Formats: sequence, structure tokens, C-alpha cells
Amino acid sequence: MQYHRPASFAEASDLAAHATGITRFLAGGTDVLVQLRSEIVTPDTLIDIKAIDGVRDITRHADGSWTLGVAVTGAEMSEHPQLGREWPGVVEAMDLIGSTQIQGRATPVGNLCNGSPAADSVPAMVAAGVMATVTGPNGDRVVAVEDIPTGPGKTSLAQGELISALHIPARGANGGDAYLRFIPRTEMDIAVVGVGVNLRVDGDTITEARVALGAVAPTVLLVEDCARALIGTTLDDAALAALAASASAACKPIDDKRGTIEFRTEVAGVLAKRAAKIAYARAKGETA
Amino acid sequence: MTKHHVTTTVNGDTVEYLCDARETLLDCLRDKLNLTGAKEGCGTGDCGACSVTLDGRLVCSCLVLGVEAEGKQIETIEGMAQGETLHPLQRKFIEHAALQCGVCTPGVLVAAKALLEKNPDPTEEEARYWLAGNLCRCTGYDKIIRAVLDTAAELREAS
Amino acid sequence: MALDDRKSHFTFVGTRPNRPDGLDKVTGRARFGADVTAPGMLFGAILRSPHAHARIVRIDTSKAEAHRDVKAVVTRADFADVPFKPGLEGEFWNVLENVMAGEKALYDGHAVAAVAASSALAARDALKLIEVEYEVLPHVTDVDKAMAPDAPVIREGAADYSVPEGMHPNVVRYHESGHGDVEAGFAEADLVIEDHFVTEATHQGYIEPHACLASLGADGKGELWCCTQGHWIVQKTCAALLGIETAQLRVTASEIGGGFGGKTTVFIEPVALALSRKANRPVKIVMSRSEVLRATGPTASASMDVKIGMKKDGTITAAQGVFRLQGGAFPGAPGDMTAMCAFAPYNLTNVRQVGYDVMSNRPKQAAYRAPGAPMGAFAVESVIDELCKKLGLDPVEVRLKNAVREGTKASYGPTYDRIGLVETLEAAKAHPHYSAPLKPGQGRGVACGFWFNHGGETSVSLALSEDGSAQLMVGTPDIGGSRASMALMAAEVLGIPYENIRVTIADTATLGYNDVSHGSRVTYASGLATIKAAQHAVEKLCERAAAKWGIPVDAVKWENGCAVPSGPNAGDFDPLPLAEITADMGRTGGPISGHFEATPEGAGVSFGTHIVDAEVDPETGKTSITRYTVIQDAGKAIHPAYVEGQFQGGAAQGIGWALNEEYIYGEDGRLQNPVFLDYRIPVASDLPMIDTVIVEVPNPGHPFGVRGVGETGIVPPLAAIANAVSNAAGVRMRQLPMSPPRILAALKGNG
Repeated sequence: MQYHRPASFAEASDLAAHATGITRFLAGGTDVLVQLRSEIVTPDTLIDIKAIDGVRDITRHADGSWTLGVAVTGAEMSEHPQLGREWPGVVEAMDLIGSTQIQGRATPVGNLCNGSPAADSVPAMVAAGVMATVTGPNGDRVVAVEDIPTGPGKTSLAQGELISALHIPARGANGGDAYLRFIPRTEMDIAVVGVGVNLRVDGDTITEARVALGAVAPTVLLVEDCARALIGTTLDDAALAALAASASAACKPIDDKRGTIEFRTEVAGVLAKRAAKIAYARAKGETA
Repeated sequence: MTKHHVTTTVNGDTVEYLCDARETLLDCLRDKLNLTGAKEGCGTGDCGACSVTLDGRLVCSCLVLGVEAEGKQIETIEGMAQGETLHPLQRKFIEHAALQCGVCTPGVLVAAKALLEKNPDPTEEEARYWLAGNLCRCTGYDKIIRAVLDTAAELREAS
Repeated sequence: MALDDRKSHFTFVGTRPNRPDGLDKVTGRARFGADVTAPGMLFGAILRSPHAHARIVRIDTSKAEAHRDVKAVVTRADFADVPFKPGLEGEFWNVLENVMAGEKALYDGHAVAAVAASSALAARDALKLIEVEYEVLPHVTDVDKAMAPDAPVIREGAADYSVPEGMHPNVVRYHESGHGDVEAGFAEADLVIEDHFVTEATHQGYIEPHACLASLGADGKGELWCCTQGHWIVQKTCAALLGIETAQLRVTASEIGGGFGGKTTVFIEPVALALSRKANRPVKIVMSRSEVLRATGPTASASMDVKIGMKKDGTITAAQGVFRLQGGAFPGAPGDMTAMCAFAPYNLTNVRQVGYDVMSNRPKQAAYRAPGAPMGAFAVESVIDELCKKLGLDPVEVRLKNAVREGTKASYGPTYDRIGLVETLEAAKAHPHYSAPLKPGQGRGVACGFWFNHGGETSVSLALSEDGSAQLMVGTPDIGGSRASMALMAAEVLGIPYENIRVTIADTATLGYNDVSHGSRVTYASGLATIKAAQHAVEKLCERAAAKWGIPVDAVKWENGCAVPSGPNAGDFDPLPLAEITADMGRTGGPISGHFEATPEGAGVSFGTHIVDAEVDPETGKTSITRYTVIQDAGKAIHPAYVEGQFQGGAAQGIGWALNEEYIYGEDGRLQNPVFLDYRIPVASDLPMIDTVIVEVPNPGHPFGVRGVGETGIVPPLAAIANAVSNAAGVRMRQLPMSPPRILAALKGNG
């Protein structure tokens, strides 16, 4: 395994473009090293992107939008004084991944590029409308995070391409987000179901909504029907029931060691309701 | 395959080693520097027995490559006591019988120290969640949590 | 054994001093299995079968052997070459077959070859160069399916004499016992409940993977360092498997990072010795976590039918149980233990119990804390709970009404000596937990549990130093603070400070045979031997004092660490402290030591009662344990803090077993969850504080009254939690683990 520590994204892209065999980028390493140690994936080329300038920066722009460097860890997001106040769902989703030790290393970009449908940060980022800058041999392009994973362990990134930054939109007024997942223990598990909800209200009425489901299909799902069930409502019981039904209907899960089809389908609806209530309260400024 | 020459700082000492890119920081601490206090319980970041701090940040050393340690500051269980004086956590763990077999203990202590440095007055729940990545199969965690909370109280009184 | 030395007032015993090995273990300097190196050391790695059941057609190791970093490759042929002393049969053959497959790979993870190379990475890489041709065979991993007529046969001829005619060859041992007339008893009952229960296999889950460092030369002399619960069994087994004389292999037990029964046999040790002999260099092998989960002893899985009849007043009229245990590809599943323990807490006129030991394509089961007992208790205590509920009776009162006492004939045959079940139940009834109000969504469960406890072969030596300090050599590895209890018991007898006693876990070359640290036997048996060895030394100290004073030895007493003249000579001489006698011992007859060797038989059975509160989320089926109380008879707690630790640890493991831990096999017979990510043991945030009550009903078989405490604590939890969850959810849970999908499915079925 060849280890490289490039000083720029262009150099990283160039290394990857000309590498043969299996290439992996190393940010926090919490997936890459597990796969290496378990001999699931032993890369021929490993490109450590943490020496590139600015990769640890969390930047709030004048318009209220945010840019996250690709080596920003979950712990750094949680410790940021303002990010979690504006995007608590995104920060909490990242914070749910693994232990304190994992939080010291794991990054949302790595979580996204690992391609797991159960990645906790991804439904929250999809619901928030996060975009990614992809740097490749032909320069940069900006894509929605939901368009990065294409299936378990697979992404839309071509050879030589890597994510060079994440962009979180401006929170704006009267918005709130939340993420909940189901795991059998209290910590340390992979999500059996995950739900991210992002709302905006006008008074008591929901005017915008994005709902994303994790671990219930080969990729994280952005579910339009769930958004429709919420928009125009005051999150009354009928809206919650419609939301749960839409979430369950959108599920295309599998039976595996972590959960059954029936369980995932049922619990997706339950968590959608619970997450929506939290996001709604946050949008209305009732809770942090 | 060419090995990488790494210069790093462990418990305040400058050290050097040669490593294969595939070797973890844990492999390097144990096999090259003879610092065997950190243990490999799983190799996949699930048990915390290999906990160390890297530039002050609590990590699993099994999920850091040895080559990534270049130029970093690493603290391990071997650096926790000051000379013959145990860290209060170490002393309280013995007093509270907070260890049975003792194999998870170095990782738990390193993690608990990081907790108290960040939060000198953790609740029981905060301590339990902070330490959720440190598996202990012997104690049921009861005496570990009591030892951590008691140490925190003692440190607060002393400061 | 003379027990006229029973003590009830103690100076040291019952205090909570710091453990002697505490500093080493909080500073990282304690040396566990993987923490040592040797000059010229190689690293070993083991190739494992990816198939649940396959004939090994051919193994080609030539490419691995040609790798420049590889110094030795071994397969089963390297063991078969050994000129075995009069046949390798029985359990030794089973162990050999398990540590290195012969004609067939019998489970996913079964070892088929091993290499030793100059680095750990090179060894792992070299495994990929070994070519194995398999003929995949039909497999079975479920206990009921393994007993069915069409099940694939794991091994013909593995069954022993106990198995009735007509059973499938996978049924290898059969146990039946009981007394009375169960049919007549059921006829007397006002209510009879019969139900079916299933538990999945769980792993001991010790945090330290198996590790060893082996050195063996062509001269047949070897050194082995390993993490084990008992190094003499390692010595005996490895010598047999390698064809060398037992005494020529010196085994040193490292500090051990947990065992719980799983480190009572060998896995990698014979392989490392074989590699070392072939390479003529020391070889270290350290298992990965997935190797531990795939190839070392999980517990058995179980399928059980239990039927109990009860009168309206709570009297149990009859009980019967059938317990089918799957123990992997070898005989050994403790169906007999399950059967014998299942009804042991109850005074039954009519009882019958049947146990089956069934083989399947899974790893060879190993002991796990009270092996076999927790599953049976789960089934029996669940049925009793259901009977109490249907008859409107208090579950603790019903258990008290039927509880065994001194003189009761046990369900498994013998008559109980002095026991403490009633005391644990009375303590449960009086405990504030039992009467505390529950919140909506919560349920409370209680259950009792029983374990035999064990004595076992034991040797201890104690040597006094000139300055009056003492060194104590015991042969039972210290898994959870036993050095502290040994030092306390020796201090009690010698009358010198606890701190003046250094306790060492002796290696096999420096002490006589010691059985494994298992069966909750260490504080009982090594403790008894420590007391006797210390008393032996005291006799010699008294002899020296008698000679000095010129009085008969029977006129000398030992009090508070001093020889004291007694009887007619009382007051004639000043008390002579131990250190003054030892200071002169070179001139007064030579070194003073004490020894004791025996197989003590008075371990004394143990009972416990647990109370647990659980809360179930009705929308997701997720359970949280909100309160837990362990009440158990310890006989006499030598170091109460470590007794509490055993209670708490047993409860925590039981919580894992009840709620989330399980071996999950795919259709292909491969283990789906061989990592801690998906083999879900409880983490700190999953558990509440675990309250403990130490009941002390002295064991007549121990000088200080000790009963083992290590195992009983895992017997009640499965049942107590199942009862709590069933009460919280309003639906009876009959299958473990009670994972959220199972609970939610049960709730939906009920609705």
C-alpha cells in the first residue's frame, strides 16, 4: 500500500487519477482503517488529505451559509459555538456516529463517501440541502450530497475525483432540523433506521420541508411524499399520521443482522414523527 | 515495500520508528516503542482498549495509521502518572475496585482523563455516554462510573 | 477435612484494601497475553475455513513456504506426525481437531493451516498464499434442525453410551433425572402451564483476545506464555497434542484480560508450539476479535420445553423440562447442567428433567459462567412468573413458599447442606427496590438462580522471609482481584499485615497441579488451600517458639501474629512475634514454609435472587433497564468490593444476553456478526448502577465460610429481565435475545 500526503486537492486528484488498483482517500480513517484491518479492502494507494490547507476549517459566510473542510471531525462540529445552534440536526447526526474516540476522527465527508445507506450524518445533510464541491482532473463541480452515494459502498465520484468541501445552506429565519436514528443499544451501533427532517414555518404552518430516510434502501432517500405530508400543516395528528405513512411507504429495506423489513418499515414512520416534532419545535424557536 | 520513517512525540519524549503504511499507531506503540499499555481488543474502533490522545484529542490508536503520527503529540497510559505519583483517576480506580481483569483499564483511564479535562463536573449520564466507546466486560461499569465521578469531585475540591 | 477451625470473627477478612496488582494495572505495566516478546521471535497467523462444513480435499502450502519472510507453515499433518503416547482420544482428540482441522472443516472459522513469519503483516499476507480446495458439504447450525432426521451428520460415532437408541447421530449425550411422579403431580395442580423457550448462543466477550508466546525445541523442552484461566490444563493438553512430556513444557500464565470460562481450554497455544518447533524460534500468536468470535467458545444455544403445575396457594405440584443444547461441532454442550440446575431452587415432590447435548456446524462451545444454568432458569422462572400472574400471586412469596432449605432433596438428587436461598428471597422482599413504584411503561421482574460451585485440584505454597514478610504462591490466575482475597486470608491466619504478603501466580514449574480458575472455585479452593498452607507455616512457627522456650509445642498458641505460651505455661514468656522467629529461622531449623495440596469437596452451592425494572418503548420495542438489584449468598465475603464486582459483572453480562447479544448465522452457515460493532455487548450508557446485597450464610465446607460468587450472578438475569420486559410490554417473551424487532413483532401480534 502506497501512502501519500498531498498538499493540495489538485495534487490529490492527480495522484488518484494516475493510480492503479484500489485507491482510497484518508480523512478520519474510521471506515478505511476498519476495512484495512479486517482485510475487506486493502487499498493499493492511500491518499491522506489532512495535510491540505484549510481542511479543518469551519467557515460561516456573510450570507449565513457554511463551508466545512473535508477533515472536520464530528467532535469539532459539536464543539463549534454556532454551527450546532443553526443546524442542530446536522451536528447531532454526526455526533451519533460511534464513540467519543470515533468522534475525534470521523468526518461527515468520510461518512458520505463510505457509501453506507445507514450513515447517520447523510440523512441530516440531505434534509438540510447540503452540497459538496467535487474536485477532479477537469476542475470543480458542485453536487447535492444525495447524489454522491449510488449504492452500498459505491459513489458517483469518478477516478481522480474527491470531495474538497461541504456547503451547508444559510439557516435563515424560522427553520429547524432534527435527526433521529434507531439502534438497539444507546451507543456504538449502526443505524437500523435513520430520519432527518428540516422544516421552515410561517407562524404555526410548515412552509418548507425536506425529509430523508437512512438504512431503509440501498441509498439514503429524500422522500417528497413526506415533505408533502408536512407542508401546509401545523403538524397536527393527521399530518403526523400522513408523514409516518409516507415514510413507511418509501422504505425498500432488507432483512439483515441489524433489523427486519417489517421493523424498519414500522420504525421509519415512528422516527419520522418524532424527528418532525423536534424540528418543528426548533423552527418555532421553542427549543434549542 | 519501503517503510516510512516517523518522528513523533510520545508522553513528551521524541521518538522515531520505521513502519509499513498498513501498520496502525497501536501496532507502532506496542511493537516498535514497547508501550504495551494500550491494548488491541478489537482492531475496529469498537472497544476503546487502545485509547490514546493525539494532539490532545481522544482517539482509538487502532484507527490511526502509524505514519499519520508524524509530528504529532501522543499521550498514552504510560504517561499518566507523574513520577511516583499516580493521577487521581488511577488512585481512585484502585480504591473503588473499578477494575477486575484490568485489560480495559488503560483505555478507560485515558478516556476518563480526557473527559475530566473537558468537563470537570460530569453527570453520571455524561460520564456513561463519554465512556460508551470503552467496553468493559467484567464490572458492569458501576464501580468505573463511581470512580470517575468521585475523582471529579475530588479534583473540583482541590482546585 | 477437619473444619474445627471455623472462624466467625475476623481482623482482615471483610475489609476492602487496595488490590496488590492495582498499580500495575492502572499504569499499563501489567503484562497481558500479547504484551511480551522474545529474542528472535516470529509472528504466527492462522488460516480459517470460510465454510460451515466442508471436506478438505487438498492444502497446498508451497507458495507460502516460498515467501521470504515465512519461516514455518503447519497443517494437521504436523500434529499427526507426532508419535502420540498411548493414543490421543476423548477430549484431547476433540481439542486437537478443533485447533487444527483434520479431514473436514466443521464450522466457519475452523483453523486449517498456520504460518510463522518475521512480521505480523507478513504472516497475514502469507496466509493468502495457501491454497485450500474444499468440497462444501450440507451444514446445520440450529439445534432443533440438527436433531431432525434429515440433518447432516457432523461426525458419526461421536455419541456416548447415554444416548437412547434411535436418536440422530448429532445427539451425543443424554441426561435424565428427577424423582416422584410428575403426571400425578400435574393432576394435583390447579393450573398447569407448558411453554417453549429459545436462547441464542452468546460469547463470553472478554476484551483481551487470546494471545500466546511459545518456544519449543527439538529436545522436547518448551516454554509457553499465554492468557489462560488455568495453565496446568494448558500444559497437559499442549504436551499431549505435541507429543512431549508434560513436565518438559513450562507454562506461565500472563495477566488475563477476562475469561468467564472461555479461556479454560486451548486454541492457538498448540499451533504456536508446532510452528515454533518447526521454525526453531519463538512464535507469538494473537487472535483478532473476529477470530475470537468465529473460532473460540461461545456458549450453547438452547431450545427448551418447560411444564409446571401449581396450586392456587402457590405450591408447585410438579415440574418437568426438556433442554436441548447445541454446542458446536464437538460434544460438550452442557445439557446435563441445564437440566440439573433448572429446578434446583425449588422443593419439588415430583420433578423430571431431560438434557440433550447436540452437535452442529458451529464453533466448539466453551464454558461461560455457570455453563448451561442461565438458559434453564430463563425457561423455568418465566413459567413460574406466568403462573403467579394467572393465579394472582406475589412472585417472591411463591418462590419463598417453594424454596429449598437445608435438608431439602434437590431436584438433581442430593440433599442440601446449609444454603441461603431463603435469605436472598427475604432480602429481596425487604429491599426498597421491590416495593418502589413503577412508572407507566415499566415492568418489574424477579428470578432466582442456582449454581453448584466447584472445588477442584489445588496446590498452594507459602514461604516466610527473614524480615517476617510472606510470599504466597497460588496456581489459579487472578481474573478479578483474587490476589487480594488470598492475601487477606493469609493475613488472617498469620496475623501479619495484608501489605506484608506478596501473592504470585506461580508457573507450572514451581507449584503442583492446579485446576483452572473456573467453577467459582478460586476464593473457595485456593482460599482454603491458602488458609491451610498458612496454618501449616504457623505450626512450624509454634514449634520454633516451643523449642526456644523449652516447652511442649501443644502448649504454644498463635495469636495476633505471635507465638504465645498457653495452658500451664501461660504468661511465662513474652509473646514472640512472627518476625522474631523468622529472623532466626536459618539457625533454628531452616526456612519456614507452608504447603497444602488437596481436592476440596465442600464448595457449597450458591443461590441468588435478582430484581429488575425494565421500560419498553411500545412504538419501537426498545428496552432500557432502569433499575437492577442483585442479591446473592456469598457465604463469607473476603473482599466485599470484589464480591460486589462479581455480582455486577454477572448481571451486566446477563443483560447483554437477554437483550442484544446473539450469534447470527446466515443461510450459508457463516457467522454474520464477528465484530463488536454487531455483537452488541452492553456499553456504559446502556446500564444503570447495579445495586448489590451480599447475603452471608456460611458454607460449612470452608474454614471461613466462603462460597464461590463468580457464576451464580449470571443465572437469574435472563429470566428476571424477561419477566420485567413481559410485564412492561404486556406480552410474554419466549425467545432471547429480546431484541427490538422481536419485541415489536410480539407487540404487534398481541395487538
